[in-house]
Amino acid sequence: MIHVENLSKYYGDFCAVDQISFDIERGEIVGLLGPNGAGKTTTLRMITGYFKPTSGSILIKDHSIKDEALQIKRLIGYLPESAPLYHNMLVYDYLQFIAGIRGLGQEKSRSRIRELVDLCSLDQIMHKTISQLSKGLKQRVGLAHAMMDDPEILVLDEPTSGLDPNQIVEIRDIIKEIGKEKTVVLSTHILSEAEATCNRLVIINKGKIVADDTTRALKQRANEEYTLHVSFNKADLAEVEREIALVNGIKNIRQIETGGMLHLKLTCFSDHDIRSEVYATIKRSDWELTEFYRETESLENIFRELTTEV
Amino acid sequence: MVQIIHIAKKELKDYFISPIAYIVIALFLLLTGWFFFATFFLVGQANMRTFFALLPAIFSFVIPAVTMRLFSEELNIGSYETLLTLPVTFNDIIIGKFLAGVLFVAAILFSTFSYPIIIATLGDLDWGPVIGGYLGALLLGGAFTAIGLFASSLTRNQIIAFIVGTLICLALTLLNTMLFLFPDGIVKAIAYFGATTHFENIAKGILDSRDILYFCSIMVVGLFGANLAMQEKN
Repeated sequence: MIHVENLSKYYGDFCAVDQISFDIERGEIVGLLGPNGAGKTTTLRMITGYFKPTSGSILIKDHSIKDEALQIKRLIGYLPESAPLYHNMLVYDYLQFIAGIRGLGQEKSRSRIRELVDLCSLDQIMHKTISQLSKGLKQRVGLAHAMMDDPEILVLDEPTSGLDPNQIVEIRDIIKEIGKEKTVVLSTHILSEAEATCNRLVIINKGKIVADDTTRALKQRANEEYTLHVSFNKADLAEVEREIALVNGIKNIRQIETGGMLHLKLTCFSDHDIRSEVYATIKRSDWELTEFYRETESLENIFRELTTEV
Repeated sequence: MVQIIHIAKKELKDYFISPIAYIVIALFLLLTGWFFFATFFLVGQANMRTFFALLPAIFSFVIPAVTMRLFSEELNIGSYETLLTLPVTFNDIIIGKFLAGVLFVAAILFSTFSYPIIIATLGDLDWGPVIGGYLGALLLGGAFTAIGLFASSLTRNQIIAFIVGTLICLALTLLNTMLFLFPDGIVKAIAYFGATTHFENIAKGILDSRDILYFCSIMVVGLFGANLAMQEKN
C-alpha cells in the first residue's frame, strides 16, 4: 500500500529524516514512534504530499508522489498535528466545504456528514465556530475531516493529543475500527497509546529507523527480565529476603520504602515464571500478604534504550 | 475547475461572515464619497471623472487590506497544511483565492452604483465613460488583487503582507507622476509600467488592447509569483 524507499529530508543543512525505508500493507495500523524532533511529523508530511522529499521515493498504491500527487491526495485522509482548521468557520460549514472539495455530491455529503457526526459525536457543536472549540473537540472535527470521503489510507499526526481519557479511548476504538479494512498510519510519543492501537511499530530517532516490528515482537524484545511486586503487612525483612532468595530465577531483590509496609521488588529472568514458587514460599510462612503482582510489560525499556544515546 | 469554485466560494463566504467585508466597504464608500462629492457640486458637471481618478490611490490601500489574509492567515494558523493535503493543486488554490478577491472588489464597486444613478437624475450623464470606468476599475482591482495575493503568500504576518502589497500598488499608481526622475531614454518604457495612465485610458471609454493586456499581464505576474512562493515553501 505504502512503499517508502531511502527517503530523506533536509532543512538547509539539518537532516530531519535520513534515508528511511519501510512498507505498509493494507489493513495495518502502524505507529510511528519517537521522541520529539525525531522526524515523525516530517515523514508523515512527505507521505501526504505536503513536503517534497529531498531524496528518495514514496509509492502509494503504485502512484509516485512526484508525478501523481493529486491522485495520492485523493487516497489519503490526513489529520495534521493539533488539527489546524479554519477557525472562523462553523463546524457544519467546514465539513461541507471539505465534502465539496473531496468531490462528494450534495446527497452523498449530507449522509456522510451525518455518519461522521455520529462517529465522532459532534452533534452538540455543529453550529459553533471552530475557534470556540476546545482542543479535544477540534481534534474530533479534524478526525471527521480526515475521514470525510472514507479514504483508503488514514494518516494521523498525534491524534489523541489534548483529549481527555474518555475521548482517548473513543478515538482509539474508532481507529481500530477503521484499521480493520483501511490502512492507518499514526504518529505518537505516548507509548501506551501506540501499544493499545497499533499492530506494528516503527520507532525513529534522529531521522533514522531504529526498530520496525510488530508490537508483540517488540514487547518480547523489551522483556528479558520482568518484575514481581510483593508486599506484606507484618513480616521481618531479613527473614523474607532469606526465604525468597531461595527461589530459583531471581536476579535481585530490592526493598521499596512504603510507610509501615514491607514492599519488595523482585527482578526475575523471563525464562522462568517463578510466581507459583514465590507463592508457595509465602504460604509456608505466617507473613500477612497484602499485594502480589507482576508488573505489566511495557515498551518503555526498549524505547528508552533505542532513543537515548549511550 | 470545480475545486477552484469550491475554494473561491469558501473565501468569499469568509469575507462576508466576518466584519471585514462591511468595514472595508464602509471605509471605501466614506473615502470616495467624501472626496468625490466634496468637489462635485462646485464643478457642476454630471460625470464621474473625479471618482475614477481617485480609484488607483484608494485601491492601493483598500485592496491589499482585502487580500492580506488570503495566504498569511492560513500560514499563521497552520490550515495551509490541511489545505495542501486536500486533492487540490497550487493553481486551484491561487486562482480560487484570486477569484474570491476579484469578486469582493466587484462587490465594493457595486456598492458605488448609486453614484451614477443619482448623478443621472441631476444632469445629463454620459454612460459610456461610466461603463468604461467601471470596467477599468475591475481590471485595476484584479491587477492589485493579484499583487496583494502575492504579497500575502510571502509571509505569515498579515501586517507585512498589507504593507508589501500597498507599496507595490502605490509604486505602480504613482509611477506616472514620477517620470521626471528617469533619464529620457527609458521614460517611455517606465511609463508603460505605470497603472494610472492605462486605467485613465479605459476610464475615458477608450478600450485599447494594450491597456487590457497591461492589466492582464500584471495579474499573471502576481499569480505566478504566488505560485513560486508556494513552491518555495515545501
